[in-house]
Amino acid sequence: MCLAIPGKIIEIVDAENSIAKVDVGGVRRNINTGMLDDTRVGEYVLIHVGFAMSKIDVHEAEETLRVLKEIGDYQAEFDEFSTSLE
Amino acid sequence: MKFIDEYRQGDIAQKLAEQIAQLATRPLKIMEVCGGHTHTIFKYGIEDLLPENITMIHGPGCPVCVIPLGRVDDAISIAEQPGVIFTTFGDAMRVPGSKTSLLDAKASGADVRMVYSPLDALKIAKKNPERQVVFLALGFETTAPSTAMTILQAAKEGVENFSAFCNHITIVPALKALLDSPDLQLDGFLGPGHVSTVIGTRPYEFVPREYGKPVAVAGFEPLDILQSVYMIVKQVVEGRAEVENQYARCISRDGNRKALEVLFEVFEPRDYFEWRGLGSIAHSGMKLQRKYAAFDAEFKFDVPGLRIADPKACQCGEILKGVKRPWECKVFGTACTPETPIGSCMVSSEGACAAYYNFGRLSKIAERSV
Ligand code: SF4
Repeated sequence: MCLAIPGKIIEIVDAENSIAKVDVGGVRRNINTGMLDDTRVGEYVLIHVGFAMSKIDVHEAEETLRVLKEIGDYQAEFDEFSTSLE
Repeated sequence: MKFIDEYRQGDIAQKLAEQIAQLATRPLKIMEVCGGHTHTIFKYGIEDLLPENITMIHGPGCPVCVIPLGRVDDAISIAEQPGVIFTTFGDAMRVPGSKTSLLDAKASGADVRMVYSPLDALKIAKKNPERQVVFLALGFETTAPSTAMTILQAAKEGVENFSAFCNHITIVPALKALLDSPDLQLDGFLGPGHVSTVIGTRPYEFVPREYGKPVAVAGFEPLDILQSVYMIVKQVVEGRAEVENQYARCISRDGNRKALEVLFEVFEPRDYFEWRGLGSIAHSGMKLQRKYAAFDAEFKFDVPGLRIADPKACQCGEILKGVKRPWECKVFGTACTPETPIGSCMVSSEGACAAYYNFGRLSKIAERSV
């Protein structure tokens, strides 16, 4: 019910009424972007019940992935560290 | 799919889980407030990945699960009025009222239709000017702005046969009510991600400040959840309590200004709103402002408006507070199943009981309870 899905804006259909076309994994649909400031083609947005709720910040997304991987890498290092004790 | 697949990598999940296991030196209870998180946790078996001493408590953040019996009865009574087209999200169709559900009402002839968006309900209204079209508006601050935008559009276009039966609720009063409940023992919270696209992370800052509990506002993919659990465990271990934002790719501290503006334009708080299982919570519900009464189904239609006590057998309240686990309810899986739900936690796939039931966690439960 509260789910939302990321989609890419592929066309501004009606700028005045804030309607844009998005692509979600190959499925295309018009959504309402009235809750966001100036959306552009190529941007990713989070879509919930036919409305764009927020833009997806590509930089932050990469940062989260970097941190995720770092936590993992630390584990690899820790493993090596602990085996080298024996 | 972009922004989905990269947060589902199993090898990273494994490593994160190992990190959490190393950090967590004592048993911790962490509540995910949001039903969307409950869904991810079950779908991907995250509880199986986590160390035994971390228990996830599935909170009240499923709007379908907390809608009280009386409001469902009201919705059905509107749907059954002659000439009405009643529209709703699919999840709400099977929610039991005191006697029937919207699905039963549909089977007995009421015109109940499923929609994906409130805008679709408005479209139906424009196509059927001789009928009254009512939208069952429910959900937290995630969904409420969409209802508000739709009402503004109906007002702009003068669509007089459209109205909303408003059951929108707000997350912070519910969190406060939970935190004040004497039987609650929690060590931290996964904050709801999609609600926070609208309200931001700032409204949760009272949780660490006044209750000393850590919060990590989390995204909805498995790695998001694991990373957020990691953040909370780390805070506990380091003796910190603050609000951390794991879902920074979608949310900010201040939320979505435009969405908040339409919320305040269209809605105002109710003095009280009833939550199934949790009782009445002050200022936790939203209603339409008087100036939009023409679009308010509660003004347009006579509704019974009765308060109806939760079924005796149902322990949804204890389950929502994390005091009991679903399998501890006497009717779980016997009288109460997703086909014949007694309580609302069994209805939506985001409800704790349905999640346990559907994803076959019963063997795990049996193991743990011996
Ligand atoms: S099993 Fe059914 S009756 Fe029991 S708490 Fe869950 S939803 Fe309520």
